[in-house]
Amino acid sequence: MERLTAVPETGRLNAVGKFETIRLSDLSELERRVLVEKHLISPNLANESRGGAVILSDNESVSIMVNEEDHLRIQCLYPGFQISEAWELASRIDDIFEEVADYAFDERRGFLTSCPTNVGTGIRASVMMHLPGLVLTQQINRILSAITQVGLAVRGIYGEGSEALGNLFQISNQITLGQSEGEIIENLHSVAKQIIDHERAARERMVHESRIRLEDRVFRSYGILSHASIMDSKESAQRLSDVRLGIDLGLIQDVTPRMMNELLVLTQPGFLQQNSGEKLSAEQRDIRRAELIRQHLHRKSDHGGV
Amino acid sequence: MLCQECGKRPASLHFTKIVGGEKTEFHICESCAREKGEGIPGTTNGFSIHSLLSGLLDFEPSGGASGAGPGYQAKGQTIRCDNCGLTYAQFSKMGRFGCSKCYSQFGDKLDPILKRVHGNAVHVGKVPKRSGTRIKLKREIESLRRELHERIEREEFENAAQIRDRIRELERSVAEG
Ligand SMILES: [Zn+2]
Ligand SMILES: [Zn+2]
Repeated sequence: MERLTAVPETGRLNAVGKFETIRLSDLSELERRVLVEKHLISPNLANESRGGAVILSDNESVSIMVNEEDHLRIQCLYPGFQISEAWELASRIDDIFEEVADYAFDERRGFLTSCPTNVGTGIRASVMMHLPGLVLTQQINRILSAITQVGLAVRGIYGEGSEALGNLFQISNQITLGQSEGEIIENLHSVAKQIIDHERAARERMVHESRIRLEDRVFRSYGILSHASIMDSKESAQRLSDVRLGIDLGLIQDVTPRMMNELLVLTQPGFLQQNSGEKLSAEQRDIRRAELIRQHLHRKSDHGGV
Repeated sequence: MLCQECGKRPASLHFTKIVGGEKTEFHICESCAREKGEGIPGTTNGFSIHSLLSGLLDFEPSGGASGAGPGYQAKGQTIRCDNCGLTYAQFSKMGRFGCSKCYSQFGDKLDPILKRVHGNAVHVGKVPKRSGTRIKLKREIESLRRELHERIEREEFENAAQIRDRIRELERSVAEG
């Protein structure tokens, strides 16, 4: 553990970026929750008092979890569709850690993980996808079943117990043994590309067949987000997804997709509470959430100009 | 799509189990997934779905009737990891290993499980540089030791000395990492 968390101090990671080691025991519950909402640590690392730590890059694109379920979990987040880039970086970091740590590796079984679902390459390659077109045209279930047929798993990203809040899905490989990292990434890449094609086709169809209804949906959500005073997390995720779709279709031009992504994270419960510096009741959160979204959207149109 | 377990909540986890080459689809909600196992670690990151695995592993033929499959064990005999003490039965219940030695301790018994989960039981991906070289070196040392032993028994001392030097050399590079 010490050897792993001390790696940034040895300067070995300098070529990759600037890193800081954070011990989970030094963080408040809220701070841990925020890290989870930003997808920088797993709930598992946050929840359990296993003396875990995270080594975080200053731009937060790399997080290295120590003493999660396995001793080491290297996570690289890239925007867009850069799966190979993420893997290359993760592999470089992996080599650096391997200089100081003895990995449990077996020629036949590969990297020995605590759970047999991860053994072998130990790699989990994922793409996050915003698929409102497939959801609205009710093709999503068919697509999801098809995806699971080819060794991939799909899950909704936000929300507990409810289906894919904000039409955001995470698609990742299930198989880690018997395929090389390259094959795993290639498989995910080609499936994700096909999904993007289907999503595009679905959007085109909607624009073609029901443009006015689509516009109504997008602008209604935009209007509500711009003016509402109470907004629960489920509604905000859905409305943000609508606006994001509107941006992608060129219907809304004064808001950036990046702002939508930011808002999606900022409106998560832990974030809201951290921003206001106190614990909030559910209703207070909904009020605060609505306020935050309004501020963002108005600030944008101040210099964006509608 | 509704959860196939409870039929009430919408399914948010979709995956396929491969059982003996046959694929079965699963669509379940988070709470049922959580009930089936001990929570889904890495939920938001989707790293691992192993809580669902406990069902998968739950097939150990515990002696007698089910006959001698690859995972067969004789009645009353318990397979236990020497290093951490985890029994195979406990492993199949939890879906987690106790330590890295469990893999070698449970040995071939894991093949059917790994094939169920991955459709495969043998790694073909990345080999870590340092440990990878070390594994090779250690294997070479082992085989040289056996050879050394044979030569000595056959009183081929000159060859034996050469082999001994080679072993020392290899041991040094292992120690240096
Ligand atoms: Zn359910
Ligand atoms: Zn063990």
